[in-house]
Amino acid sequence: MIVVEDVYFTYPNSVEALKGVSLTIRNGEFVAIMGQNGAGKTTLVKHFNGLLKPTKGKVLVDEVETTKVSVATLSRNVGFVFQNPDHQLFSETVEDEIAFALRNFRFKESIIKRRVTWALNLLGLTQYRKTSPFMLSGGERKRVALASVLAWNPKILILDEPTIGQDYQQKEKLRQFILQMKTQKKTTIIVTHDVEFVAECSPRVLLMQNGRIIADGEARKILTEPEILRQASIVPPQVAQIFLQLADLEIPRNVIDVYEAREKLLNMLERRGK
Amino acid sequence: MAIIETKNLTYTYPSVTKPSIIDVSIKIEKGEFTLITGPSGCGKTTLCRCFNGLIPHFYQGELKGEIVVAEINPIEHPIYELATHVGLVFQNPDNQLFALSVEKDVAFGLENLGVPREKMRERVDSALNLTGIFDLRERAPHELSGGQQQRVAIASVLAMQPELIILDEPTSFLDPLSAKNIFEVIYELNRKLGITVVLVEHRLDLIARYADHIIIMDEGKVVLNGETREILRSEEARLIGVGVPKATHLYQILRKDGVKLADTIPLTSDEMAKLLREALKAQ
Repeated sequence: MIVVEDVYFTYPNSVEALKGVSLTIRNGEFVAIMGQNGAGKTTLVKHFNGLLKPTKGKVLVDEVETTKVSVATLSRNVGFVFQNPDHQLFSETVEDEIAFALRNFRFKESIIKRRVTWALNLLGLTQYRKTSPFMLSGGERKRVALASVLAWNPKILILDEPTIGQDYQQKEKLRQFILQMKTQKKTTIIVTHDVEFVAECSPRVLLMQNGRIIADGEARKILTEPEILRQASIVPPQVAQIFLQLADLEIPRNVIDVYEAREKLLNMLERRGK
Repeated sequence: MAIIETKNLTYTYPSVTKPSIIDVSIKIEKGEFTLITGPSGCGKTTLCRCFNGLIPHFYQGELKGEIVVAEINPIEHPIYELATHVGLVFQNPDNQLFALSVEKDVAFGLENLGVPREKMRERVDSALNLTGIFDLRERAPHELSGGQQQRVAIASVLAMQPELIILDEPTSFLDPLSAKNIFEVIYELNRKLGITVVLVEHRLDLIARYADHIIIMDEGKVVLNGETREILRSEEARLIGVGVPKATHLYQILRKDGVKLADTIPLTSDEMAKLLREALKAQ
C-alpha cells in the first residue's frame, strides 16, 4: 500500500512541483495518473520508490516511510520503468540487460535464466535475446526496459508512459499483463497521456494539474467530464466524445469503451424502432 | 508530381543478415500529408532514414533499389545537400537537441547554411511562434519537459523551411492537447504552405483525420498503400494490428450488426456522432 500525506516537493532550482498531494493506493489497484506536461506526475511517482523524498509531508510504502530506507531496498518491491528507455539501458545484450537487476538481487542463476526467458517471451523479445538494446527500435527498447523490471517480479510496478511507440497489439498485451497483476493483488501505477489506452483499461484515474490532484475516480467518470479534463490538458477518448455530442438525444453519458458503446447504441436503436 | 519515389528499395543494417525494409516501392506526391504506420519494428523508422540520406550515409549497411527525394538521389548526394529539402524530426528529442538555448538550437541549421542575420532572426522567431515556445527561447533545452523539447525539435526543422518534413512519432511525449496543437500546426504547414508531410505514428485516433494517404508496413514490407478512408475501410488494417480510430471501429462493428449508417467511413468522433444522429433520427 502507498500512502501519500500532504506532500510538497521543491526541486533544487526552486520549482515547486508538488503542492500538497494526499492519496492512498491499495494493493492490487490499477491507477493511471494523467495531466499536462509539467503537472508533477513523474515527480509524484518518483516518490513511490524513494528516488525523490518529500520536501514536506510523508510517503509510506507498505507502512515504511521512504526517508527511512534506501532506494535499493525499496526497489526490491517497487519496480520503476522510466519514460525514456535510454535512461535505463546500458548492457551489451538484451538478455544481460534483463538479468542485471536479478543478479544484483542475488537470485540463483537457474532462477535468473527462467525469469529472463519468461520476460523475453512475455514482451515478444525472444528473437533479440543476444542483440544489443541499442540496435532495436524505440518501441522495442521500451519493451526491454519493461522486461528488465518485470523480471524481478516487484509488488508495485510504476510505468512512466508505457505505451509510447507501442503498436496496438503490444498495448493489448500490456493491458492483459496489468490485469494479471491485479488478480495477483499487485499494484500497477502508470503515468500516461494515452487516453484511448486508459479508456480500454478502465483504471482508477488521478488527474494532476500544477502540482495538485484535481480529480480522482473511476475512468468512466473522469474521462467523461470535459470541463475537468480540459484543465488537465486531456482530450476525452473518442467514444466519450461521440456520446457527449449526442447528449441531447437522451443517450447515456458515462461510456468510454467501444463495445459498451455498441450495446448502448443497439439498445437505443431497437427501442426507437418499436 | 512525386516528391518521394522508391522502387524495390531494400536495406540491411550493418552486421545483421535480415533486411529491415524489403522491396519497398512507393510514391509520395508533392503537397501530400502521408501517414506511415505498422507494428513496432516493422521498418517505418528505417524507411524514413532513407528519405533524408541518413541511410546509407550515416548508418552504412547495404541499400539496394532506387530512391529519388526532391529530384535528388540520396545515395549519390551527401546528407547536407538533402538537408535543405528534407527536415527530419526524431522520435526522441534528446537525440536532436544540444545547444545551450532553445533559440540557438533552432538557429543552428540556418547558421550552417549561412543565412543572413536578419532573415535568420525572422525565421527563428516565426518557427518559435508556430510551435508555441517563443517564451522559452532563452531557456536551456535540457531543462525543458519532454513535450517542450519536442516542440524545440520541430521548430528547428521548421526554421529550415524544407519542402518536405518527416516526423517520426513527434508527439509521443506530449499531453493530448499539446499533441493535438502540434498536429494542427503540422497540418497548417501542409495546407497553407504546401509543405509535404510524412508522419510516422501508431495512434491513428489522433492523426488519421489529417492524412491524405496511408502506408501500412509489416515486417519490412509495404502491405497497404492508398487513400486514408479506403485503407481504414479494409478489414486488413485491423488484422495487421493497426489501431484504427475508435470512431472508425465503432462504425465498422455497428455496420456489421446491420445498423444503417451512411457510406462515408468516419475518421473522427465528430463525423461518427453526425452519422449516429442521422441514424437515430431516421428511426
